[in-house]
Amino acid sequence: MIAVELFKLVRRARTWFSIGVMCALPLIVAIFIAVTHLAPPPGQGSAFLSAVLDNGQLYPAAALALVLPVFLPVAVAVVAGDSIAGEASAGTLRYLLARPVGRTRLLVAKLIAVTTFTLVAVIAVTVTSYATGVLILGPSRAAAVGTGGPSGSIGPGGNGLPTAGLQAGAAITSLSGAPLTTLELVERVLGAMAFITVSMLGVAAIAIFLSTLADSALGAALGALAALVASEVLVTLNAASAVQPFLPTRYWLAWIDFFRQPIFWRDIQRGFAIQAVYVAVFLAAAWANFATRDITT
Amino acid sequence: MITTRNLTKRFGNVEAVREVSLDVREGDRYGLLGPNGSGKSTLVRMLLGLVYATSGEISVLGYRVPKQASRVLPEIGALIEEPAAYPHMSGRANLRLLDAAGPRGERRTRRRRVDDALEQVGLASIDRRPVRAYSLGMRQRLGLAAALVRRPRLLILDEPANGLDPRGIRDIRDLLVGLNDEGVTVFLSSHLLPEVSALCTRIGVLDSGRLVLQDQLESLQKPTGHVLICTDEPERAVAILDGLVEHRDGPDLVVRAPDPAELNARLVGAGVPVRSLVVRRRSLEEIVLDVTGTGSDQFGVPVSGPGGTVKAAPPPSADGAPRDPADAGLPAATGAVSPAIRKPEIS
Repeated sequence: MIAVELFKLVRRARTWFSIGVMCALPLIVAIFIAVTHLAPPPGQGSAFLSAVLDNGQLYPAAALALVLPVFLPVAVAVVAGDSIAGEASAGTLRYLLARPVGRTRLLVAKLIAVTTFTLVAVIAVTVTSYATGVLILGPSRAAAVGTGGPSGSIGPGGNGLPTAGLQAGAAITSLSGAPLTTLELVERVLGAMAFITVSMLGVAAIAIFLSTLADSALGAALGALAALVASEVLVTLNAASAVQPFLPTRYWLAWIDFFRQPIFWRDIQRGFAIQAVYVAVFLAAAWANFATRDITT
Repeated sequence: MITTRNLTKRFGNVEAVREVSLDVREGDRYGLLGPNGSGKSTLVRMLLGLVYATSGEISVLGYRVPKQASRVLPEIGALIEEPAAYPHMSGRANLRLLDAAGPRGERRTRRRRVDDALEQVGLASIDRRPVRAYSLGMRQRLGLAAALVRRPRLLILDEPANGLDPRGIRDIRDLLVGLNDEGVTVFLSSHLLPEVSALCTRIGVLDSGRLVLQDQLESLQKPTGHVLICTDEPERAVAILDGLVEHRDGPDLVVRAPDPAELNARLVGAGVPVRSLVVRRRSLEEIVLDVTGTGSDQFGVPVSGPGGTVKAAPPPSADGAPRDPADAGLPAATGAVSPAIRKPEIS
């Protein structure tokens, strides 16, 4: 069933279109910056963008910061919101369940497909933006460096770790100003990718839950996005400080702390923890609802 | 094969299915009939474990549903209301995908089983066009093929003739009869009475969620004791048959005669030319309309009918006998159709 869900994901044009759009945005931004040499001053604009003119190898981090606020959550919410409601409105849900595919099994397969989609999207953005950064922005000083992409344990698409830590010319600096070796940079990019993926799983869990409630895939996706917007509003509202630590988007940007020297772990750990709670609660709710529901569509 | 006991389903305040005790036997071609909104689809969905019963029991192929649904569903091929497929993929890809999704879809035999099923429903020559480009009839055939891919012992089909042209309807009927001959039990729901009449050996009739009739079609269609005669000399025939003629419409006579051979001999013996002689049986339409009220889509139609224009009919008699001789003889031709027995959904 998992293979079937992945196959369906691969065959959907939407999957590749949304990943393409996510990869294109950092490319467009990079072209503008490269042509004009006008990066935002430090402290303004999207994270890391001020630093990328000096070093193109930091561009994956900047690219992730660009897609994180809107593109990535929208894409994840659409795919996750479609998971059950989309099958229900197309009528294929009843045929799958009568096959029979167990309801729990179907939900797990859908979750794995959404997770895979998120991971592939994050990896694609990282890999293409590394190439963009090195080719368009940065001087290719470190010829021996592999891509900032993932190692084998994460998934396909990466070129593996750098062969050696001998990049003498690669003077990458952390946000704190201390130098980073390429190996450290790769580790930190991987950490950021993992953190962002897990953050998106929180969104996915909410969207999957709504997908088991609603008959409309669009409704489920928009519902999840509405929850995120509400969370963002409260995060910036001083009066809501009491609930802020429990909001899903509160620690979304904590992955930036991976690029400090030393890594500032507190918010990263809290971010992982809060997303784990959201994933657990909403998936349990989705399962409880879906397993007992009458399928009348 | 399928047994339900006092099966009831309530959606909020609405009782969609009430106390239904259904009994489908091995080898049956069972037709479940009923007006729209009578609970057919809800019943079918409960048999497949998609809708959970409020009370009552279901047993399919000896297994309890929904508890043991995962063991019985692999033996069942189902068409649940309209067929559904992923529109951007080809029909073949859809069948392979669906086969791979559940248990018992052996990869080794998949290609062959899919091709066989497509051949059975007359879609052997489909190309790589996506399902989105299929006609309604092709989609219906594809849905049937999906039900056949795993070579099931039991077919549960909701409106299998939907969207098919006359040739398609005959193809599917032949296919289902052929499968039934090979031992597949067929359970279908329909409101196409002629279809059920031509295909089924046993029927059940749902009305407002209740199973109001269930019997072998043959015993329901015993001769009524009326014979339909067409003769060139109706006046003489009436005279000879003194009092037995219950209705006359030009050359057509409805005659009360338990023994059609004796009737024929009498007329021929008297020199009355008999052009045709038909032993009158109750049509499925009469059987169904006798036991059902108005369908849910006729909500608000006054039971007494629009005054004056339509002759009111007496209520159906308790034993299900024809209401009056005209009704027994030529119900469709005489035009004495009361609002209560208006044709439901002969579409």
